[in-house]
Amino acid sequence: MTWIAKPNVNFPGQTKNELGLSLRDYEGVTSTLCAGCGHDSITAAIVQAFWELAVRPEQVIKMSGIGCSSKTPAYFLSGAHGFNSVHGRMPSVATGALAANRDMVCVAVSGDGDSLSIGFGQFGHVVRRNLNMLYIIENNGVYGLTKGQFSASADPGSKAKKGEENRMQAIDPVATAITLGGSFVARSFSGDKEQLVPLIKAGLSHNGCAVLDVISPCVTFNDHDGSTKSYAHTRQHYHPAIHTDFVPPSEEIKARYDEGASLPIELHDGSTIVLKKVDKDYDPSNRVQAIGYLEDYRARGEIVTGLLYIDEQLEDMHQLSNTVAEPLSRAAYEDLNPGRDALKKLQETLR
Amino acid sequence: MSATQSRINDFVLKIATVNGTGSASANNLLMKALFRMGIPVTGKNLFPSNIQGLPTWYEIRASKDGYLSRSGRVDVMVAMNAQTYRQDLEEVSPGGYLIYDSTWPRDKLLARDDITVVGIPLAKMANEHFKVARVRILMKNIAYVGALCALMDIDLKIVRRLLEETFAAKPKLIDSNLQAIKLGHDYARMNVQCPLPARAEPMQATGSSFLIDGNSAAALGCVYAGATVGAWYPITPSTSLMDGFKKYCEKFRRDPDSDPDSGTNNFCIIQAEDELAAAGMVLGANWAGARAFTPTSGPGISLMSEFIGFAYYAEIPSVFFDIQRVGPSTGMPTRTQQCDVLMAAYASHGDTRHPVLFPADPEDCFYMAVQAFDLSDRLQTPIFVLSDLDIGMNDWMCPELEWDDSYRPDRGKVLDADALEKMEKFHRYLDRDGDGIAARTLPGVSAKGAYFTRGSGHNRYGGYTEDADEYQDVVDRLLVKWETAKELVPAPVLTAADQHTDIGIIAFGGSDGAVREALDRLRDTGIHVNYLRLQAFPFNAEVQQFLDAHQSVFVVEQNRDAQMKSLLILETDVDRDKLISILHYNGLPIPSDCVVEGLSSHVAKEAVA
Repeated sequence: MTWIAKPNVNFPGQTKNELGLSLRDYEGVTSTLCAGCGHDSITAAIVQAFWELAVRPEQVIKMSGIGCSSKTPAYFLSGAHGFNSVHGRMPSVATGALAANRDMVCVAVSGDGDSLSIGFGQFGHVVRRNLNMLYIIENNGVYGLTKGQFSASADPGSKAKKGEENRMQAIDPVATAITLGGSFVARSFSGDKEQLVPLIKAGLSHNGCAVLDVISPCVTFNDHDGSTKSYAHTRQHYHPAIHTDFVPPSEEIKARYDEGASLPIELHDGSTIVLKKVDKDYDPSNRVQAIGYLEDYRARGEIVTGLLYIDEQLEDMHQLSNTVAEPLSRAAYEDLNPGRDALKKLQETLR
Repeated sequence: MSATQSRINDFVLKIATVNGTGSASANNLLMKALFRMGIPVTGKNLFPSNIQGLPTWYEIRASKDGYLSRSGRVDVMVAMNAQTYRQDLEEVSPGGYLIYDSTWPRDKLLARDDITVVGIPLAKMANEHFKVARVRILMKNIAYVGALCALMDIDLKIVRRLLEETFAAKPKLIDSNLQAIKLGHDYARMNVQCPLPARAEPMQATGSSFLIDGNSAAALGCVYAGATVGAWYPITPSTSLMDGFKKYCEKFRRDPDSDPDSGTNNFCIIQAEDELAAAGMVLGANWAGARAFTPTSGPGISLMSEFIGFAYYAEIPSVFFDIQRVGPSTGMPTRTQQCDVLMAAYASHGDTRHPVLFPADPEDCFYMAVQAFDLSDRLQTPIFVLSDLDIGMNDWMCPELEWDDSYRPDRGKVLDADALEKMEKFHRYLDRDGDGIAARTLPGVSAKGAYFTRGSGHNRYGGYTEDADEYQDVVDRLLVKWETAKELVPAPVLTAADQHTDIGIIAFGGSDGAVREALDRLRDTGIHVNYLRLQAFPFNAEVQQFLDAHQSVFVVEQNRDAQMKSLLILETDVDRDKLISILHYNGLPIPSDCVVEGLSSHVAKEAVA
C-alpha cells in the first residue's frame, strides 16, 4: 500500500469536545506532502476548527480537485466521505452533492492551479450560485506535482525556480470573488493558525459560499530569490551536483502580527513577504471599499489578510431554488411518484 | 401514379414556411385534427438553427397502416415560402398538389405538368380582415389550415374544438382564428374542386394512443423514476427534455405541506455553466444519494467525457441522455443522426465501457428512462440513453403509457447505518457477492461507512494505490461487473419473418419505424427478413445467436461510418464479411425507401452472382 494509515490511538488526558471526541478523531491518514508544506498547517487548522466546532465527522463531506492541495482531504476527518474529483471541477461535484443532501457540511480544498486556471470557470460559478460551502484555496503560486510551473496567481515579476520571470498579471481569488458577488471572502496565511482557525470556523458557519484564500508556501518549488510566495527554505541543503529533486526536512513558518499593522516576515533565504491585517475601521460589507483597499496594498506589494467581505443576507443555492428543507437524497419514493392516475390524466390532455 | 388515384388516410402533407411566423401552431393544429379523426399520424419538423426568418418545413404523414417513419414522398405541398419555392415545387410527387399563396405572382418559368398547382390569396385575405401586422402574419398561416380542411376533408368541428381548448383563457383569439379558418376554407370550396385525392376520412386506428415527443416522454420517465436532481447546459436538441422535467416537476412535485420558510420544490434543477459542470453535478448528486441525470447532445458528451471516465472507475451511478444531432463538431444542430454510438460506448480515456440504451420512440424513452436509473444504481456506473433529434423533438403517436404504482426504484447495493453496524469493517470496492458489484455507502449516514472517492489508482479497500496487482485487481473486477451488465440490460427484440430465411437485419433506435415499414414492403415483393432490434449495449447472447443464425445480416444506421457495425465486430464473434451496412446520414430521418433499396439491390446482386 502506498498510503499510510495512522494508528487511531486515544491517549489519556486528550481534551474532548462536547461530542466526546478528541482532535485525533478529526484527523485522517498521514500526509504524503513535502515536509514543511504549508498545506499540512492548513490541514491541522481544519482539524482544529472542526474539533472546536464539534461537528460530527459523518456530517461532513470533503471535496477537492487535483493537485497537492486536493490530496489533503485524505489527511483530515477520516470519518467523513471524501470526493477527490477531476482537475478544476470540484465545485460542480460539490454543487451536486449539496443539491442531493443539503444537510451536509461541505469543506472543499482546492489550489491556485485547480481554481484559477483549469477550474476558473467553476470557481466563478459556484461563487455566483452561492453554494453553502467552505471553499479553501491553498495558494502557493506554483504547480508542485508537475514540478514548478507558474500558476495564474504568480505575481508579475515573480521568478520561477530556474529564473524565468512571470510577466503576466496575477489572478487574485479574493478580488475575483468579491467582484463576482461572493458572500464571504477571506484571506489568510498557513503559518498563522491563530487567524486561520477562526476564519475556517466562520466560513463553515456562513450560509453560502465562503471563499478562503490561504497563502501556503511550496517549500520545494517556490523557494528562491524573487518569488513572492516562497520561503526558499531548502536552498542551503540543495545539492546541484546530482540531478535529483531532494527535499530535506524543513520547519514550518509561524507568523504573528497585530491588528492594523503590516508585518514583514523575513524568510529563511532573506526574502520577505508582507502581511497586512485589516484596519480596525475596515468595513467588510462594502464591496467598493474592499476592492480599493486590496488594490492599494497590492500596489505596495503587501498581502491583505482577514475576513475581507461578507454579506450574510445573500440567498444560497437552495433558497434560490426553493428546495424543500428535507434533503432530496432522503425523499421517500411515495412522495416522488405522481402515480398511475396522474399519468392517465396527463395523457388525456395530449390526445 | 395517376393524379386521380385516391390516397385516403395515406398521404404526406408538407408545409414550407419561414420560422418565427407562428406556423408551428398552425401545423400542430393540422396534425392534431388528423389524429382526432382516428388516423395514425406523425409530424416531423425540419427547422433551421435560427430564431426567425429562415426556411422551415413541417411534414405530416397520415398512414392508415400505422407507418410512422418518413415515406420519401410528398402528396400535398403548401409552399408558403417564396425563398424555397423552386425546391418545394420539385419535391412534390407526380400526381401531387402544390398550394401556394397567390397574393404575389409566382415565377411562371417554374412549372410542372405532372402535378396540380393551386393558388390561394392567403396574405391578401388576411390583410383585408386583420389590422395588426403581426396578427396578419399569424392568420395567414391559420388560413392555410382552413383551406386544407376543405381540400383534404379535415373535420372542421374538430379544428374548432382544438382552437377552443388551446385558447380557453383567451376567447377573443378563438374568434379571430376561426375567422381565418373560414377565409381559407371558403376560398378553397369556391375555387378548387374539393376534396383532393389525398384526403382524410374518419377511422378508428389510434386507440388509446396519444401524441408526445420523445424528450417529454423521457422527462416524464425521469419523474416517475424518482429523479430529484437535474443538471444541464442548454443544447439543441436536448433542451426540451429538461424543459419537460421542470414542467412535470412543477406539476407533480411541489410539496404543499413543506416548511414555508425553506421551499416547496421536491426537486432541484441546476442550469450549469457548461456540460463539464453538469456532469460533475450529476456525479455529486448520485454520490450523495439522489437520482440525478443530465440531458445533452454529442458536443456535450465530448465535454463530459472526463467525468464519465471518473464515474466508471470510481463507480458512481449517473444517467446521461444523449439526444443525438448531426456531427462532427457543431455539425447541424437541428438535424438528426445516430452518430454517437461509439462515443457513448467507450466515452473517456483509458479502458472504459458503458451500458447504452437505444429507445426507438417516445414510448421507449419513457420506460427506458426508468430502466436507466435502475441499471445505473444497480451497476454503479454511467448509463447512456441514446435518443436522437427525430425521436426527441418530433411529435409521435405513442401507445398509452402505463404506470404500476407498486414500482420501487432499485437503488442497488447501498448500506444503511444498521448494515454498517453489523459489519466488522466497510471496504468500498470489495466485491462480496461475485457479481462484480461492491456495496456503497452514502454521506451523512455513518462514520463507519466513510471512504475517499477518487479517480486515481485505488485498491479493493478504497485506499490509494500505485501497486501493480492492487490496481489490476480492481479493473479486472470491473470486467466481472460488465458481464453482470449483459444480463441486466434489456434484450433485443426479435421480429421473425413469416417463413424461413437466411437474411437478417439489425437496427436500433429511431431507424426502427423505417425498417418495419420496409420489411412489409419487401415481404410483398417476396423478400423475407428476420429483424433484430437492439435495445442495449453490451450485447447479450441473443445478439450473438442472431448473428450466427444468418448468412447475411444488414445493419441499418444513421451515420456515415457504420458505427454499430463496428461495435458488433468489436464486441461479438461475428464474421465481419456477413455484415452489410445500410447507411443514411444526410441529417433527415431515415425513410423506408432507403432500407428497401439498400436491401433489395443487394439481394438482386447476389441473385445475379
